Amino acid sequence: MTTTLKPVDAVLVGFGWTGAIMGQQLCDAGLSVVALERGPWRDTATDFATGFAQDELRYMWRHHLFQNVTYDTLTIRNNSNQQALPIRHLGAFLLGTGVGSGGVHWNGQIFRFLPSDFVTRSHNEQRYGRKAVSDYDLTVQDWGITYDELERHYDAFDKLCGTSGKAGNLNGKIMPGGNPFEGPRSSEFPTPPMIQTYAPTLFGKAAAELGRHPFPNPTGNLSQAYTNPLGAQLGACTYCGFCEKFGCGNYSKASPQTTVLPYLMTKPNFTLRTECEVLRVELTGDRKRATGVTYVNSAGEEFFQPAEMVILSAYVLQNVRLLLLSGIGKPYDPATGEGVVGKNYAYQTMSSVNVFFEDKILNPFIGAGALATVIDDFNGDNFDHSGLGFIGGAYIAGMVTGGRPIEMIYTPEGTPDWGLQWKHAAARNYLRSFSIVVHGSCMSHRGNYLDLDPTYQDIHGRPMLRMTFDFSDNEHKMSDFLTDRAAEVARAMNPREIKVNRRKGSFSVVPYQTTHNTGGAIMGTTPRDSVVNKYLQVWDVPNVFSMGSGAFPQNAGYNPTGTVAALTYHAAREIVSRYLRSPGPLVQS
Amino acid sequence: MGNNSDAHFDRRRFLVGGAVAGIGSVAAAVLHDGELGAPPQTLRGAVPWVEGTADAPPGASGTGYVFFAPAEALFIEAAVARLIPNDDVGPGAVEAGVPYFLDRQLAGRFGQGDHYFLGGPWPKGTPEQGYQSRFSPAQLYRAAIAAIGKYVGSTFNGVAFHQLPAADQDTVLKGLESGDIKLDDGVDAKAFFGMVLQNTKEGYFSDPIYGGNKDMAAWKMIGFPGAHYDYKEWVTRHGERVPFAPVGFKGRPGWTEGQT
Repeated sequence: MTTTLKPVDAVLVGFGWTGAIMGQQLCDAGLSVVALERGPWRDTATDFATGFAQDELRYMWRHHLFQNVTYDTLTIRNNSNQQALPIRHLGAFLLGTGVGSGGVHWNGQIFRFLPSDFVTRSHNEQRYGRKAVSDYDLTVQDWGITYDELERHYDAFDKLCGTSGKAGNLNGKIMPGGNPFEGPRSSEFPTPPMIQTYAPTLFGKAAAELGRHPFPNPTGNLSQAYTNPLGAQLGACTYCGFCEKFGCGNYSKASPQTTVLPYLMTKPNFTLRTECEVLRVELTGDRKRATGVTYVNSAGEEFFQPAEMVILSAYVLQNVRLLLLSGIGKPYDPATGEGVVGKNYAYQTMSSVNVFFEDKILNPFIGAGALATVIDDFNGDNFDHSGLGFIGGAYIAGMVTGGRPIEMIYTPEGTPDWGLQWKHAAARNYLRSFSIVVHGSCMSHRGNYLDLDPTYQDIHGRPMLRMTFDFSDNEHKMSDFLTDRAAEVARAMNPREIKVNRRKGSFSVVPYQTTHNTGGAIMGTTPRDSVVNKYLQVWDVPNVFSMGSGAFPQNAGYNPTGTVAALTYHAAREIVSRYLRSPGPLVQS
Repeated sequence: MGNNSDAHFDRRRFLVGGAVAGIGSVAAAVLHDGELGAPPQTLRGAVPWVEGTADAPPGASGTGYVFFAPAEALFIEAAVARLIPNDDVGPGAVEAGVPYFLDRQLAGRFGQGDHYFLGGPWPKGTPEQGYQSRFSPAQLYRAAIAAIGKYVGSTFNGVAFHQLPAADQDTVLKGLESGDIKLDDGVDAKAFFGMVLQNTKEGYFSDPIYGGNKDMAAWKMIGFPGAHYDYKEWVTRHGERVPFAPVGFKGRPGWTEGQT
């Protein structure tokens, strides 16, 4: 039996970063808002207090803050000739759950995409010719939005988080100490950059000697105390080295908990229901309008929550799955290239270079999630790709997020994984080594997509999501070129030795790479080639909005959260300023 | 005073309040588990907070093995002693308490397959598709130890793994690691080896509340100071050794004796 609840103006499906931002924006506009989160409530004092937050086993390896795949996972295959099998244990990416979700256990890297990243197709076609964007069966598209349109929303997110950094381009003027390749910022970072530890400092020095342009990574780990526009207070980071996969016990890492919830939870027109999983979006008979969502709680009770507006604010993989389960939009068919939902799934192309010193004590345990010195000389289209045979790029970062010893012991080339030799290498190198990260873009490809699995079901009896993905030759070539550039910097640091970890072979779910899954509910200028318009409004059902990185038509060489948040603010502004007055399509198709 | 860590000053108790009273006891976990959450909640008007419900870590307690049968324990102790052998550089896995750690992990939620999806069907996958067994970790250990016993018995004239010379033990372990040794009863040798090696390193390097990393000796060996909260003053002291002795959630050995 399904209980029908009192109608609300808007229902939020999932309560991480995009749910929190959208909730705050819509509640401030006076709407009644209900958020439904399938995981538990979490707050700093109860769930990741400093007394026990720094627990590598529990949080990283026992997945304490991550989605429990016992109840719901997805299936995976590298290409459509294979049978997709369930991800039985999370590895490559670590999906969040609970209030704050991935915004709790992220590293806190707050990047903006390059202006050229938003026009991937037209920009590269114009500069390098048609083949550059169609080779390897690439299906890259323009976003239908520009950096300039998003700038004020990137800025809003920086001010929400108190982002620590140094502007490299302030209103078009290149500023010393920042990233000279970035799009123009309308204001300086809210707080100064974090102080660099030894390894990132050595990296920056070597990179500068090679003529590169090192800058301090923009961080959501704060360099000093900060009070944001919502009145939420954050403290200065203590460099404890437990960010990614962990909650911050010190209120130093920007998260929904530290930036939005203290404000939003007190609003009388906001309600949060935890342990409530949305099964599907309900539509009218003509399928042109959503009437609300059906959800089931942890007691097994089923409810229908009527709403004027449905905001899909879960993680990209759940948003796409809910669109497919609810029959919203035409599913993508890789054989014909027709359809849009699930199209252009992409990821991140990661590689690294380990650097080993004989004489330098690096103290890798002094770290923070985004603490790095970075070069952007080979990201996006910041360099001439003529004759290279690929588009896209990566940032290269001398990064020390921490020295958690189960995960982060580097041993030289040829060291076995166990035995006395391994132990001696661990003892000798732990304090004297670190890793240079190559954080590469991932272009979309005709054969990479998301749909519903024909075999495996979740605990509710719904089909799991099926992911069909592999790296294309474009990605392999890009990654090889970029890894060589990282190795150049590594050698320029004059270490005892280095170890180059290239991105080889097919995508594997086993080793952790990044939780930067994108696409499947992509944005664009027409319903023919996209699921949502530039306001993240679903073309086919205009009172449904789909947030998050699902909107990315392909993934850039940066961490996605800054862009995810900017798109959310952009959508919220249009909903409040235009949609509420006249509900309907915000862009005519 | 002896070295019984239960008698030691527990600095973390004050930080997390009453819920930690008796770290490792089941009581705290019953009060609140940040992962399992609770019954469905409707939250409005304020940030909810309930005193004494901190999501304290589920440490190990008691002595002796509760999961491993005696014969299984002999195999595990012998195997992990080869994965991380003991010498002057630092403790071996056995000296660090890894077998006890593994026992408690396998007896608990990890062993039962929490955070594993074990539903069917179960065709064999590609290496890229990762773990594809129906076994939970506890089931896999049990089945694999028995299957390795069979293999070793038939290959080495009835001798058990723990009785083999170290060189032969290493040969067997390498065969499991590469998958060259095929095991009976549906056991994927490579998957098992990968899990044991990972779990062994977990026990070696995790906080001592979980039963391994005895006296934080593995942290001492590499120079990791443990669960330190604040390194601000060390950020700019490039290249200097941080002189802190390792500290875990329950403090460190020696605090109650007033030693440094």
